Amino acid sequence: MPERLISLEPPANQSDSKFDEATLLRRVLAGENDLFYQLIRPYERRVYAAAFAILRNEADAEDVAQEAVLKAFKHIRQFRAEAKFSTWLIQITVNEARMRRRKAHASLMEPLVDRPDEEGNYTPRDFADWREIPSETLERKEVRLKLAEALAQLGQIYREVFVLRDMQHLSIDETARALGISTASVKTRLLRARLMLRDLLAPGLGGAWSMSGNLSFEKGAKPW
Amino acid sequence: MVVNCEQVWQEVSNYLDGEVSPGLRAAIEAHVSGCQQCAAVVNGTRNVIELYGDERMLEVPLGFSQRLHRRLDANLPVRNLQSSDRRSFLGWMVAAAAACLVLGSLEVARSSALRRPPLRSAMAQPGGGVPPELAVVVSENGKLFHLAGCGFIHEKDKLRILTAAVAQREGYTPCVRCLGKYLDTA
Repeated sequence: MPERLISLEPPANQSDSKFDEATLLRRVLAGENDLFYQLIRPYERRVYAAAFAILRNEADAEDVAQEAVLKAFKHIRQFRAEAKFSTWLIQITVNEARMRRRKAHASLMEPLVDRPDEEGNYTPRDFADWREIPSETLERKEVRLKLAEALAQLGQIYREVFVLRDMQHLSIDETARALGISTASVKTRLLRARLMLRDLLAPGLGGAWSMSGNLSFEKGAKPW
Repeated sequence: MVVNCEQVWQEVSNYLDGEVSPGLRAAIEAHVSGCQQCAAVVNGTRNVIELYGDERMLEVPLGFSQRLHRRLDANLPVRNLQSSDRRSFLGWMVAAAAACLVLGSLEVARSSALRRPPLRSAMAQPGGGVPPELAVVVSENGKLFHLAGCGFIHEKDKLRILTAAVAQREGYTPCVRCLGKYLDTA
């Protein structure tokens, strides 16, 4: 049985739409442009997050998110119902963000962790054990900040996959489609991303983040 | 089936996603139950997935949604005045009102910046017809500005020469005797 049972759909309370997505799509295609707002509302944050994962700059991510949503509207007739609208929207966002990134030559500034080849196995570096981290921990802004900082340390290809799969809850297939890579690559990059994040966070989270409020990333004492 | 530590590390992601065979799953669980390091890796990876998967991690900048909608308002063709179109229309009305306020404030600021000081003579009217660059004479405590040599200049020992424009800015008004030809009321 899968241990992750996370809905791929946005929570019901995220959308106040009066119509289901298919109806909204049909009516927008029929010319009711005002319903486009309802159509994209559940995905606004995902669009921004996808752009930010690639650009790592709030202003650029917001601008690209807006561009992507506008582009989605302009090309909505090209949307094919066999894909999910959210995946299509994210795919547009990823493409827009990548174009922006190429223009800005941001790849020159990629961190070193972008470069290890994907073929070799990744060996965990830190074996500090974690107790279960209560989700209430995320109420603390500094915890969210530390998680965001760790994510920012990942190389581009790993961060993209991780954000789409583990933060936006796309399936492996959807992630592969949105990024234009194979499902095998998604799995490989996802494994690395998760393990690298665990290594980056283990000293802090494995220590006493949730108990004492210590947010230090310095290496903690290992139990062996 | 028996797996070693490296095999656990390579499969931990698939294992947590529920994408391993029942045999491999059982083997991983058997290994992890006796291996502290691998238990740490599995538990830590599970924590990573759960923490980052929380909606609270998808933060957007304050006002993101409103700015996005404004961009849409400005770019989506309006078909009719339905819901968001109405909102857009109202938005434009609010924006127009705000613009009027801003322009009004600017006008007030501008007019106050250009506003002449109170006239030194309560009964006088500013003389708009006097050439602004015309050299005129004022006395320190006088109320009028004059052409040099005007017989109605008071306090001749405290005179200043300046242009008509500056004199008017300082609140002096033209002498109807010497400058009458420039004045409509002369």
